[in-house]
Amino acid sequence: MAKSIDVSDLNIYYGDFLAVEGVNMTIKARSVTAFIGPSGCGKSTMLRSLNRMHEVIPGARVEGKIMVDGQSLYDASVDPVAVRREIGMVFQRPNPFPTMSIYDNVLAGNRLNAKRLKKSESDDIVERSLKAANLWAEVKDRLGKPGMGLSGGQQQRLCIARAIAVEPQVLLMDEPCSALDPISTSAIEDLIHELKTDYTIVIVTHNMQQAARVSDDTGFFNLKATGEPGHLVEFNPTKKMFTNPDHESTEAYISGRFG
Amino acid sequence: MSVTTSVPEKAPAKPPRSLGDRLFSGVARAAGLTILAALAGVFIFLTIEGVPGLSQPTSTYAPNHDFLSYVGPLIYGTILAAVLALILAVPFALGIALFISHYAPRRLAVPVAYVIDLLAAVPSVVFGLWGARSLATYLVPLHEWLYAHLSWLPFFAGPPSVTGRTIFTAGIVLAIMILPIITAISREVFAQTPRLDQEAALALGATRWEMVRMAVFPYARSGMVSAIMLGLGRALGETMAVAMVLSASPIVTLNLISNTNPATVASNIASSFAEATPAKLHVLIATGLVLFAFTFAVNFAARWVVGRNDRRMSR
Repeated sequence: MAKSIDVSDLNIYYGDFLAVEGVNMTIKARSVTAFIGPSGCGKSTMLRSLNRMHEVIPGARVEGKIMVDGQSLYDASVDPVAVRREIGMVFQRPNPFPTMSIYDNVLAGNRLNAKRLKKSESDDIVERSLKAANLWAEVKDRLGKPGMGLSGGQQQRLCIARAIAVEPQVLLMDEPCSALDPISTSAIEDLIHELKTDYTIVIVTHNMQQAARVSDDTGFFNLKATGEPGHLVEFNPTKKMFTNPDHESTEAYISGRFG
Repeated sequence: MSVTTSVPEKAPAKPPRSLGDRLFSGVARAAGLTILAALAGVFIFLTIEGVPGLSQPTSTYAPNHDFLSYVGPLIYGTILAAVLALILAVPFALGIALFISHYAPRRLAVPVAYVIDLLAAVPSVVFGLWGARSLATYLVPLHEWLYAHLSWLPFFAGPPSVTGRTIFTAGIVLAIMILPIITAISREVFAQTPRLDQEAALALGATRWEMVRMAVFPYARSGMVSAIMLGLGRALGETMAVAMVLSASPIVTLNLISNTNPATVASNIASSFAEATPAKLHVLIATGLVLFAFTFAVNFAARWVVGRNDRRMSR
């Protein structure tokens, strides 16, 4: 199920503006990779380029290569819609579909794949996904209720359930805990630990402790100066990153002595 | 600190409000009340002037005999024309709105939106003239085609009008007239769909159309109903365009393409108003009252339907 991702010499542009420059990294299968760095350094853009979600913004384009298990992501013959079915995404703010019930929210992705689902199959998918997202016990008696009625942390886990219901290869998370309280955050972090046995997970976070807690590898992004493109300063195992980083600026950022 | 604690002891009354705040709330309230007063005024006028129209001598209702049989075909014609216009206009309007908000590149979307808005500024008399003089003649072959191929449907039972001045043509003119308002409002609500909802759908691997169905339509549903209601309101009340296109007769028929077409309430008032006797005038105003009540009822019904959906989802 899980796949590795190779990024080589990646530049990402918005129109003429170069947002991220020269990224090389290898994201291992069945592991958690964290992107850290100051605001505006392009980590979210980098993350979005991994499932071509940045293309939603007009004028966005990339140069360089992203290979998912040997298959080029930006090949002319590759349909971005197909990419996003393989590489799921969880956003900064929980975004369940407001008019759908919990049940329908979980199945939203599966129903896109056009084939008719039997009631029993649907029930199985909903139960399996909600259990995998550690939400089943809390919502199993109110699956028909709207997803918006849940708390923020529950909504975010519902979004994770929705993303894994289609059994993607990779799960991208764009600051999934930044809108949540510490208890919900810890629930999501536990969940990430469990999910990495089945999925390749890439997570963007502003929270250094979170990166240290959940990830196996960490990439530190930074800007050379304001207005300059963001770039990958260092990509190393998280343990090394937080104890003995290669770069001085990494250590400065991690220890809070920024700049 | 001491200031804030002393206030509640001394003054249990309302906290002081600034002058600007009071001024604004006064102006807003006055504006709201004025609308209600105007609406009430119209209703009172229609009632006082219209109620005598319900019981006039039989000859006033010629060629019918009493008020109900007089107003019946008119209401029927009004609904028929308006529904026809909606059926033609709504898919187009929503399609154009969606094209502008989600499909077209920006440099195309802006001029298209501008042209559609311009369409709304064309006076209805002009539409009427164009419909009766130009469009009707062009539609004669279409009438004949519909008769030749679809005459087994009661709508196209024919025989087809040779002038093209039928309720079918009137419906098309009305559809063009209500297109801009439905387009403009739905475009606005489509464009306001939260980015997050749209990205949620796209990230699941939705195509653009699936994203629209999953995120845009549910979000915009209530706004779309508002837009359609405003369009319907305009179609129901439209006077000149219909009066100029139709050669009307007081009948009830499903046949859309024949020579004999039902008039609408508004077009009947416009064409009979000038030479009306006082008694007839009361009758015309009474038909106006019926249209007023009917429009009100349709609007309430539509609001109720939307509200029921929203209430169900917020529980």
